[in-house]
Amino acid sequence: MSDVTLAQDFTKGLWKEIPPFRLVLGLCPTLAVTKAFETGFGMGLALTFVLVCSNVLVSAGRKMIPAKVRVPCFIIIIATFVVIVELVMQAYTYPLFLKLGIFIPLIVVNCIVLGRAEAFAYKNGIGASIADGLGMGIGFTISLSVLGSIREIFGAGTFLGKAIFGASFQPFTFMVEAPGAFVCLGLMLGVMNLIGSE
Amino acid sequence: MGDLILLAISAILVNNILLIQYLGNCPFLGTSKKMDTAVGMAMAVVFVLAMAGIVTWIVFYVILKPFGLEYIRTLVFILVIAALVQFVELFLKKSIPALYAGLGIFLPLITTNCAVFGVCIINIDNEYGFIEMLVSSIAYPLGFGLALVLFAGLRERIIIGRVPTPMQDVAIALVTAGFMSLSFLGFKGMI
Repeated sequence: MSDVTLAQDFTKGLWKEIPPFRLVLGLCPTLAVTKAFETGFGMGLALTFVLVCSNVLVSAGRKMIPAKVRVPCFIIIIATFVVIVELVMQAYTYPLFLKLGIFIPLIVVNCIVLGRAEAFAYKNGIGASIADGLGMGIGFTISLSVLGSIREIFGAGTFLGKAIFGASFQPFTFMVEAPGAFVCLGLMLGVMNLIGSE
Repeated sequence: MGDLILLAISAILVNNILLIQYLGNCPFLGTSKKMDTAVGMAMAVVFVLAMAGIVTWIVFYVILKPFGLEYIRTLVFILVIAALVQFVELFLKKSIPALYAGLGIFLPLITTNCAVFGVCIINIDNEYGFIEMLVSSIAYPLGFGLALVLFAGLRERIIIGRVPTPMQDVAIALVTAGFMSLSFLGFKGMI
């Protein structure tokens, strides 16, 4: 395993296969928790942790896990780490935990985590799986943070809770409501396709 | 009784699981390209969710709560749902082959459908009683089916239209879903 491929495993998650845009997986948290930068970023970190840990464990046990029951095994591994994240966030970042609500337990059924376990960690070594998990997790965090920032800035006129436009700005409430999430994500995907196609 | 009807309307329209609560969006985009797959997925979700809601509710109140194990509900629920989906699959294959053929590959996919898992969690978080849980476990997936089938109709029309290249496929589908969501937001005034 040379450094070149490790770097590739890491960086492909940042642009080439950046979730959720390129893979179109894990859309539910992407839409639901990006009302503001803070929640998007927090969700990204939580998912990165689960993704890296589950990748390591799946990769370490890939010779022991029989192919026929691999999906239930993956789900148990992922669910264990999600419970850990849930308890840790409840203890240390309670306000954020409340804001993210049911989307923390829902990391269990996030297709990105299961998808990486199935498509990458089950076939590759531990080192490569960590790189892959970190890259995908950071890519996801960036996407969610950007989407969260756009929606917060235009929808509420604030960034990290501070007003940035002054009193005369009329918040564009559409953006923080449910439809804004879909439209904003769709337009971002369009812009990314445009950049990528050149 | 009035409360239950209100709960059902709220679950189907006002808090539509796909468009307002953002749950189950992966199958929403994945299976809405054709009308028949959309109908198959909607049926499978209604079928499994009604059962999963009942089973997880019973597991939570009969096993987890008396023993103070609420904190591992995530782990337990996902296992229960995965097992249930397997059972349903085996049962349908043996007893109702016609329905099994109709649902096809959508049945195993449901394990990772966050709508199913999400509604089970919503039932517990809102502390619903048994009857309320029953209504919500049936009404939410009906809302899912409604939105999915309507959306599949829209997408079939979009394919005919001329869409700029970068916006094709998923991008335009998301924007369309946004406007559908906007129209569902209009139901907010009902309650």
